[in-house]
Amino acid sequence: MATIKVLGYSGSITTRTVLCCLKEKRVDYELVVVDPAAGDHLQPRYLALNPFGLVPTIQDGDLTLFESRGILKYLAKKYKGQGTELYGNSLSEEALVEQWCEVEGQSYNSPALTILSQIVFVPKKGGTTDEAVVELNVEKVGKLLDIYEERLSKSKYLAGDFFSLADLQHLATTHYLVTICGKGDLISSRKHVKAWWKDISSRPTWKKVTEKAP
Amino acid sequence: MAAVKLYGPLASTATSRALACLLEKQVEYQLIPVDLKKREQKKPGFLAMQPFGQVPVLQDGALTLFESRAIVRYIAEKYAAQGTIGLLGKSLAERAVIEQWMEVESQTYNPPSSFLVFQLAFAPLWGIPQNQTEIAKNEKKFSNVLDVYEKRLSESKYLAGDEFSIADLSHLPNTEYIVKATGKAELITSRKYVNAWWENISSRDSWKKIREMSKADSKK
Repeated sequence: MATIKVLGYSGSITTRTVLCCLKEKRVDYELVVVDPAAGDHLQPRYLALNPFGLVPTIQDGDLTLFESRGILKYLAKKYKGQGTELYGNSLSEEALVEQWCEVEGQSYNSPALTILSQIVFVPKKGGTTDEAVVELNVEKVGKLLDIYEERLSKSKYLAGDFFSLADLQHLATTHYLVTICGKGDLISSRKHVKAWWKDISSRPTWKKVTEKAP
Repeated sequence: MAAVKLYGPLASTATSRALACLLEKQVEYQLIPVDLKKREQKKPGFLAMQPFGQVPVLQDGALTLFESRAIVRYIAEKYAAQGTIGLLGKSLAERAVIEQWMEVESQTYNPPSSFLVFQLAFAPLWGIPQNQTEIAKNEKKFSNVLDVYEKRLSESKYLAGDEFSIADLSHLPNTEYIVKATGKAELITSRKYVNAWWENISSRDSWKKIREMSKADSKK
């Protein structure tokens, strides 16, 4: 059985998400570095695999897949019965997992990435952080987390009392919000969000993913 | 009384996305309108079902589910044996490619197209000033995305392969507005394969039904 190849880089949010999922499912993989900073993502060889030029892309035998959230769903289904169960145990539980995955993808991701972009990437490229944009998006994330707070006061994890893809999908972005963005009190000021974050971010798989880099 | 209830206004792209799937799977449903102008979606009764105050919401027996794309996946899975077969593919690998294009719609197609639809079709109706710089930016972004789709659809009849799937379905609502209500239809119609794909998927019975229902709605 050929090892799964992950084309991406270790600091990338989306690559980290996929690596964490592979570890949760106890699947061997090889990380092949594709670094956008070096322009790797625009090389014809990479675009032939992922025409949108984003990371990561995985290769599993004959199958090439991109979009981290889609890759997660594939891995969770293919390796069902091995490693951590990431979809719950019934169709209804699976539906709730998908629901909270969509909340992450549709609502949480964009303002969180905007904060990261303003605080980290804009200065790196020689620009100045727009504090008004940061504040606006911190407020947006805060309002979302108020709803998460209510949810997590009734449910240990987002989709129910079981860790799932939905929680996993929040790890990499939230990690950067809390660390390099210095916005930890978005999390720590909310009792149940704080407890949830402490729980999921101390999973051994997540610790392994962040071991070598920030 | 149908067991499945879908709450939301037909005019909402997210609501029609969910409804398209119910129609494809021939599931008996009840569509319960939600008046966004009266901010019904922000009232306690609705928030109890959907705490983010957004449409649509699905109720199927004891299950309350929100996020249209999650609703589409659930309906396609639960009612796999009825209506249009193969919406989720016939193998794990096919399902994976379908999910890839579902996510492309969600992360890459939806943002610029939604922005254009809001700015060009709805902002004028609601007296909201348009942002021409951002419109131009999003039009360029959307064009670039459609160039990738054009190449893909020149090699594949549908996004994920030879059969219509939830990935194609997911694109129906935004594309309908782009073509019918923004004055930017040529973004779609000028691209040979994208246009052929659009003509094909939008002439499905499910989408024809939604168009009929929308027409009837607008006459009320």
